[in-house]
Amino acid sequence: MLYLYDGALDVPTILKDWYEQEEKSNYGAYIPFVGTVRSEDNIDGLSFDVYEPILESWFKSWQEKAKQKGAIIKMAHSKGDVMLHESSYIAAVFSPKRRVALEFIDEFVEDFKASAPIWKYDLKNGKRVYALDRSTAIKGSGILK
Amino acid sequence: MVRVEFLGPIQKETLELEITNLNELAKILQDDKEMQKWLENSAVAVNDTLVSSREYGLKDGDKVSLLPPVCGG
Repeated sequence: MLYLYDGALDVPTILKDWYEQEEKSNYGAYIPFVGTVRSEDNIDGLSFDVYEPILESWFKSWQEKAKQKGAIIKMAHSKGDVMLHESSYIAAVFSPKRRVALEFIDEFVEDFKASAPIWKYDLKNGKRVYALDRSTAIKGSGILK
Repeated sequence: MVRVEFLGPIQKETLELEITNLNELAKILQDDKEMQKWLENSAVAVNDTLVSSREYGLKDGDKVSLLPPVCGG
């Protein structure tokens, strides 16, 4: 499942909800990844734009990959502003055995960074500045140049 | 009419264009000074599916989206 929220994520509630959704599903491993906004370069926080139609199809393709391994994947992400020490991103894999989940969460988060249609901005001195230097061009970019 | 949307940080209003393929769109956007820096690093989707060729045909009612570099998380 893919969950989008306005503003920061309520980490304890989301992790608990996901745990309770699957506690009787006979998965041996639940591996969550929680992304937290760190203090660096004097930012006040981060802000996110999300393009939902392509995010949903991208996520669906990962759900299919998880299914082939007998696993499931859940993801939560923020839209709009998220301040320091708050969370903007949680991903989790549930699988029968730990090895599949550990490997899958790594592959998933890497591709998320490179492909998911989400744009990040630094919140600094009251401005919203696109984080171009930390962004990655989606595979196949530049066909119109 | 084809609708062209600019996503994320690209500060440009949606366009409605009479075009039949992405080559024609490329020519129009290359003439736009503000857009030149985005054309190099943006991906292109037609009706919310990413495409990899400029030869891609377009028909009336299609939606083209330009996706600049991403950074979720």
